[in-house]
Amino acid sequence: MRKFLLAAALTLFSSAGYAADIEAGKYQAVLGDCRGCHGKDLSGGVALMTPFGKLVTPNITPDKGTGIGNYSAEDFRQAMKAGIAPGGKLLYPAMPYPSYARMPDADITALWDYLKTVKPVKKPVDVNQLHFPFNLRFMMRGWNILFFSPAPYADTAGKSAAWNRGAYLVNGPGHCAACHTPKNFFGADKGAALTGASLQGWYAPDLTGDKQAGLGSWSANDIVEYLGTGRNAHSIASGPMAEAVENSTAQMTASDLNAIAVYLKDLPASRGNGGGATGVEAQLRAGRSLYDINCAACHGRDGKGSVLFPALAGNANVRQVRADTVVRMVLAGGQAVATPKAPTGPGMPSLGWKLSNSQAADILTYVRNTWGNSAPAISAETVGRIRSELHSGS
Amino acid sequence: MARMLPKKDVVIMGLGWTGSILGEQLTAAGLNVVALERGPWRDTATDFNIGYMQDELRYAIRKDLFLSPAVEAMTMRNNASQTALPMRDYGSFLPGNGVGGAGVHWNGHTWRFWEYDFRIKSHITERYGAAKLKNLMLQDWGPSWAEIEPHFDKFEYLCGVSGRAGNLKGQIQPGGNPFESPRSREYPNPPMRMPYASTLFAEKMTGLGFHPFPLPSSNMSRAYTNPLGVRMGECSYCGFCERFACGNYSKSSPQTTVLPVLMRRPNFELRTECEVLKVNLTPDGKMAKSVTYTDQNGVEFEQPGDLVVLCGYGLMNVRMMLLSRIGQQYDPATAKGTIGRNYCYQTSAGARLLFDDKHFNPFIGSGALGMTIDDFQGDGFDHSKLDFVGGAGISCSVTNGRPISNRPTAPGTPRWGAKWKQATKEGYQNAMGFGSQGSSYPVRENYLDLDPTYKDRHGRPLLRITFDFPDNDVAMSHYLSDQLEKMVKPFNAKYSGVGRLKKGWDSVPYQSTHNTGGAIMGLDPSTSAVNKYLQSWDVPNVFVVGASAFAHNAGMNPTGTVGALAYWAADAITSKYIKSPGALVHT
Repeated sequence: MRKFLLAAALTLFSSAGYAADIEAGKYQAVLGDCRGCHGKDLSGGVALMTPFGKLVTPNITPDKGTGIGNYSAEDFRQAMKAGIAPGGKLLYPAMPYPSYARMPDADITALWDYLKTVKPVKKPVDVNQLHFPFNLRFMMRGWNILFFSPAPYADTAGKSAAWNRGAYLVNGPGHCAACHTPKNFFGADKGAALTGASLQGWYAPDLTGDKQAGLGSWSANDIVEYLGTGRNAHSIASGPMAEAVENSTAQMTASDLNAIAVYLKDLPASRGNGGGATGVEAQLRAGRSLYDINCAACHGRDGKGSVLFPALAGNANVRQVRADTVVRMVLAGGQAVATPKAPTGPGMPSLGWKLSNSQAADILTYVRNTWGNSAPAISAETVGRIRSELHSGS
Repeated sequence: MARMLPKKDVVIMGLGWTGSILGEQLTAAGLNVVALERGPWRDTATDFNIGYMQDELRYAIRKDLFLSPAVEAMTMRNNASQTALPMRDYGSFLPGNGVGGAGVHWNGHTWRFWEYDFRIKSHITERYGAAKLKNLMLQDWGPSWAEIEPHFDKFEYLCGVSGRAGNLKGQIQPGGNPFESPRSREYPNPPMRMPYASTLFAEKMTGLGFHPFPLPSSNMSRAYTNPLGVRMGECSYCGFCERFACGNYSKSSPQTTVLPVLMRRPNFELRTECEVLKVNLTPDGKMAKSVTYTDQNGVEFEQPGDLVVLCGYGLMNVRMMLLSRIGQQYDPATAKGTIGRNYCYQTSAGARLLFDDKHFNPFIGSGALGMTIDDFQGDGFDHSKLDFVGGAGISCSVTNGRPISNRPTAPGTPRWGAKWKQATKEGYQNAMGFGSQGSSYPVRENYLDLDPTYKDRHGRPLLRITFDFPDNDVAMSHYLSDQLEKMVKPFNAKYSGVGRLKKGWDSVPYQSTHNTGGAIMGLDPSTSAVNKYLQSWDVPNVFVVGASAFAHNAGMNPTGTVGALAYWAADAITSKYIKSPGALVHT
């Protein structure tokens, strides 16, 4: 047993200088959340459901045949910052090169050095399963002309170093906009950044300073705790954000998390969620009774949750303009992220089998308009639409 | 031929309470650990959905979470003159199955055996003289109270036990159990909120001069974060606890306290649906070299390890030792041999009361929710004029008001039809009960061995239980029933009845899953299977952890003591065994 421990220690600490460079590159992989899309072992094969069809993420291990083992450092830089793979093949912006283009070359090089040390996995991936005509890669040339203006991140004068670091992380490697910024017809960012967007059956919430839909009622520490542990007094990460927390933010340094919080707290408020429900007294009455029966055991009759279960009072996720996430949670359930600092990862049971569309709508309208929450009512029709989307697997 | 696998530092059989605790402690010490679990993976979010966990038919009646006799049955008889027959269905006790083991479906009663229990033979001899022991094979366990107390504390903080201290470092505390042995600090959580029946019981017991206290519960009286950082929710008193898994993260189990941390450890590996067939010894029989197991496809593997830790249910630990020839089979004719010795159970009796004008609201229930008196527990009362030793806790706990099994009626009520329906309607709000859970002390004739006739699906002999309630325990239980008779009087119930234990243990009706002994710990290798650190005397790289190590059973639920022994054994391994592998006790 001792021999085992000694061997492990030797592997870790031999050639410390080189290891430090690799560590720097590994941290870039954390900031860029490479594993979020390319999988734990980076061998890809993860399906991304886009409005244009299915994209399957490629293998980015250094396997020569099926991975990126034949790339040069420059090939890798071009892919990361220009969206061009060797041979002039144009990448789809599901690979967030418009964000990675803000990264300095030194960080790209460190990341490349790290990726070369990852265990090669032989795994061919059929990446492009998009519908016609989106499956034609040359079309991305036009997209790039219209929507891609690569530029390294430049500090904003008059803002603190932390703010600038946060702005860089959020808009650069962290590519938060990929999920949280509304998209236009072509899948490019449109309108106000980070004001919330639908994706893969979830709604990535508003991150601006709006008090109801955004993070206006969160402190900077709330944001740091959420990103670092997956939970805080107001909310808990599940769905795609659970993966982002697990693979990326929970492994970020405290100073980087703090920088992100400083930047997000400075975002101007969005136009909000359209305001609270009115004229729905019957829905609120029915919702309250259904909530007490089905939800209060964990979330509390006061909606405050506990150290384990998320609060619903003050939870921005329940107050988004679109109901995708909350309806999905009630109908299909979900599991929260588990991190070293909050290892439990509680589950939300699926209640779709016992709640009708109108019952789910009543509960959610009640939750969205009680304990200080204020958001538009949810109709039985909306629940029905999301239920059928869940059934069809889209 | 079994496929040979790469060696691990530690191989654990079974991932219930003890396997999880050993796994956590040994991986924290840097060891490479694999756990082999016969049953399936189970987790709260995926398997204990709060939306359907309250299915009494599926879980309580059809016993969905329990071990099926098709996987492993046992045979039973009352004495050696009989031929044992296999139990075709588990009834008297219900072993768990799968990850979490019985820790998934237990009630959460989390008691500490007393200092008295760990040195029971010395204590009784000192207080009453050796003649008081009569034919009982009582013996000291080994660890002193000072040695074992910190490990009770660890388990209680892991579980977030809700309770009130009765003896803090020797100072008796109001509202707690004045008879308990000294504890180093208060329980991690305050007591549960009491239902009416338990409150009424406490009021009447106080009136009789007894000392009621809230029974220590691993149901959460409030949300809790344990020392590993694992979080639990507050109990909702839903009344679906025993025989069920908790969908609310409110009952301590390996899943809700240890596994979220353990499963993340890179030096821990779990293989589910992998049944250990035997522990393989070196040719001289002095060391374990590997275990052979079979996966769900029937493929056999040999897993070598430096250390083997048996963490199955107590009865299964004993059987694994017998199948692997670790130690010598106990023989009741000669009282020689150690494996199978000192098998004990539990000795209980109950009181039922029926009123006309109460509203007990029995649907407000939880696994370990109630008030207890320990005035007749262990040696907390004077036995000098009594013809027995031992005793019982008396508890009024409210577990459920479930529609299938909770239909209290007065004696003489028809068993079906309109009159039965009317009676159950009246009885539902008007019935309460309390009962004694008594000690079970070892005698020469009660033991475990391998059945000569019946085999399991792998062709291995089943475990045979030879057990009947010893005269000492029957006398104890009858004395307790006499006390119950006195206790029901001040309630002025319309009807009351007190049960009396009969000889002839029947394995069909449910009684208790508190089977203990068979691989007991002790100070003498001729009368114990494992030393005071739960290390096999015969094969020192095998540790056997669980209620199998109890040298007798007290009048308390065993899990608190099982948890303490798991931490105690883990501490011996990490602080002593790793530094110097080999026997930790020399005689």
